[in-house]
Amino acid sequence: MKKVGGRLTLLALVVVVSVIFFIPSYQPFYQALPDWLKKVMPNKGITLGLDLQGGIHLVMEVDEDRAVEIAVDRSVVSLQDLLVDKKIPVESVTRTGPTQVTIQFQNAELKAQIQKMIDDYPTFSETESAGSANRLVWELRGIEVKRIKDSAINQALETIRNRIDQFGVTEPIVQRQGLKQIVVQLPGVKEPKRARDLIKETALLEFKMLDEDNQLKLDLPARIPKDKEAEILKQAEAKLPEGDQILFERGVEKDTGREYRIPYLVKKRVMLTGDVLSDARVSIGQFNDPYVSITFDAKGGREFERITGDNVKKRMAIVLDNTIYSAPVIQDRITGGRAQITGTFSMQEANDLAIVLRAGALPAPLKIIQDLTVGPSLGKDSIEKGVQATLFAGAMVAVFMIVYYRMSGVIADFALVLNLLCLIGALSALNATLTLPGIAGIVLTIGMGVDSNVLIFERIREELRLGKAVRLAVDGGYEKALLTIVDSHVTTLITGVALFLFGTGPIKGFAVTLCLGIGINLFTALIGTKVIFDLLNQRHKVQQLSI
Amino acid sequence: MLEILGKTNIDFMGKRRWAFLFSGIMVMLGILAVVQIARGSANLGIDFSGGTAVQLKFDQAIRIDEARKALEANGLGNAELQEFGQENKILIRLKASTTIEEKIAERVVAVFTKEFPANHFVVDSSTEIGPTIGQKLQQDALIAILVSFAGIILYVAARFELRFGIAAALATFHDVLAVLGAFYLLDKEITLLVVTALLTLAGYSMTDTVVVFDRIRENLRMRRRDSEETIINNAINQVLSRTIVTSLTVVLVLIPLTLAGGEVLHDFSLALLWGVIFGTYSSIFVASPLLLLWPGASVRLLQRS
Repeated sequence: MKKVGGRLTLLALVVVVSVIFFIPSYQPFYQALPDWLKKVMPNKGITLGLDLQGGIHLVMEVDEDRAVEIAVDRSVVSLQDLLVDKKIPVESVTRTGPTQVTIQFQNAELKAQIQKMIDDYPTFSETESAGSANRLVWELRGIEVKRIKDSAINQALETIRNRIDQFGVTEPIVQRQGLKQIVVQLPGVKEPKRARDLIKETALLEFKMLDEDNQLKLDLPARIPKDKEAEILKQAEAKLPEGDQILFERGVEKDTGREYRIPYLVKKRVMLTGDVLSDARVSIGQFNDPYVSITFDAKGGREFERITGDNVKKRMAIVLDNTIYSAPVIQDRITGGRAQITGTFSMQEANDLAIVLRAGALPAPLKIIQDLTVGPSLGKDSIEKGVQATLFAGAMVAVFMIVYYRMSGVIADFALVLNLLCLIGALSALNATLTLPGIAGIVLTIGMGVDSNVLIFERIREELRLGKAVRLAVDGGYEKALLTIVDSHVTTLITGVALFLFGTGPIKGFAVTLCLGIGINLFTALIGTKVIFDLLNQRHKVQQLSI
Repeated sequence: MLEILGKTNIDFMGKRRWAFLFSGIMVMLGILAVVQIARGSANLGIDFSGGTAVQLKFDQAIRIDEARKALEANGLGNAELQEFGQENKILIRLKASTTIEEKIAERVVAVFTKEFPANHFVVDSSTEIGPTIGQKLQQDALIAILVSFAGIILYVAARFELRFGIAAALATFHDVLAVLGAFYLLDKEITLLVVTALLTLAGYSMTDTVVVFDRIRENLRMRRRDSEETIINNAINQVLSRTIVTSLTVVLVLIPLTLAGGEVLHDFSLALLWGVIFGTYSSIFVASPLLLLWPGASVRLLQRS
């Protein structure tokens, strides 16, 4: 028989370490500890998974092609401006394909002049120039397309991070997955819909001029019910002037609460975009209605001053993601680089608008491809039920072992407790995320954990039946059961590892508890219970083993 | 000494024809389920097929037929509904045909707010999964299954002999297929969690088989005079009580988990529960008799040792 002292110390050490690692997982107790102790202790324990804590898990894909189109659209606008500045009269500059810009002009003599302007747009190359005397076609270079796509996802990540930071979520996760996916996890979010909208909103702010000369000709109704937008667009399609579009302003009737829309004829040309903003804040107007006041950066301020100066007494639409917030008449040149966005929104909506404006626009729309939302009540339910099932299962097994194996059953139960303690300690030490399937993994560990002891005890019984002395029977039982136990653990471990490698989220949580449970079980079954048997034999020279 | 079974002397091998018949039926059922899954006509969970699931918890009891009528009236007639007894919870599932951009979950919530204004509810959970994600999950699950099976066969083959490895793997396949077949027969949804349970039970069933095989191998080495059939029979009888006790302890924990673990874990625990029972059966009635089918094996074994 081996000495038991060393093994007992090891067991005690394992228990103490497990408890120390577990303490931060139980916040009420951890918080009550003196500060000096907190400093030397681990400060992070088990995190609860989204399924237990409630929250959102989103997987989104950046619409890369749209990002490229948007970039090309911007070049179109700037080229239009440049042509106006240089006083070159062209008929139209339009995007004619995902990466293609076509410039039409009446006067064929202008061709050479316009051709030279490509120097200012090094990301484009000219194609099909010989085709027509009145037309030039530019194509965005392949390298640039790739660069835009790459930067689109990075920019989207950055923007989403900014927005979430300002929304205020504890321990959010925002990360890239694969080539073009973004994973966002917001544990414990109370208003999932609001958070989702905040993340998803493209938040492209644009200032556009109303086309008031043609407004009347089109004979747009002053106010239409919600959901009738498509009809209006269809009716006006044929009469729509070149370079114009119809956008809608949202409104709510004060007394009935019914939503309506106001159609406007707007010039497609973008005067200014939100990327020249330096700040956006919520303020309260004189009728207690919230509005968002925005501040331009130096360049944006000068530009805004020029635009408002040129368009006094005309109406300018403030457009966010193709919805008009307001279309005020410019009373005077606006200096000082400040403006206000008013509209019918609640305090919270104004707040969220300010957040997305501050955090900046997404480079392209996002497509949500996976959305898991768990309400806080379900999470609480799940924990309660999980803990109940665990305790109940543990009790059943413990009672069964004592009834079936008597004193030895008590020893097996001791190993079971040790097993659970170490498992929770190990999960805490790894800062593992506990999910609902993870709890199932713990319960399963209880059931499988005693199996090793059953195998050992049955072997010991066999040895005893052969008439061996207790000490020899115990040693023989452990020795002969060892290989079987190792074999049976390894097979389960193999499936556990496969699940860990290919599983996602909750499944990974299950795999982690399963693998840890199996490893720890091997330790408690082979060392934990053996040391007790050895101790008993040493102290009392047991003649009759209660098994 | 309390024993569930005393010393037994049951002729397990003699009953192998009946066992093979029963197992054959279960396996066929399982294969049918696999074929149906591959054809896309099985009851796949939305995590594989893509779609929307919304679980609502009401303040007062809600009639499921009324809920269905309300959904139908609002153009969501293809929804599947499931209720959870006493807790006034219902689960509404809509499969892939729709894309996630349509905000089905929000529509479902809106329908219930409109149609049941007096019965307040909270959204327990909502899940929307695009079809691309579903396909990726299907792929991952398949890889996980293949990897774990290959790993287990290799390990058992290395620790025992090849025929043990193959017999154990076949028995394990049998268990997985049997549970899958049973799920298919009862039209239960095959979700990611159920697949996880299948993999776990594969690991467990192997554990169980290993216990029996260990003893068979031991006895094969010791007693060479008896026929292989007798040796295997004796080995099973010797380990019978521990095989049953080890399965029993797992069954003991799975029963509370199935009954009280909540709706999320119910099917998962149920699959495991059946798996453990099938696993115990197959170690004795499938894996061991399969050893006898290997031609000339006993002779070779005699020569080897």
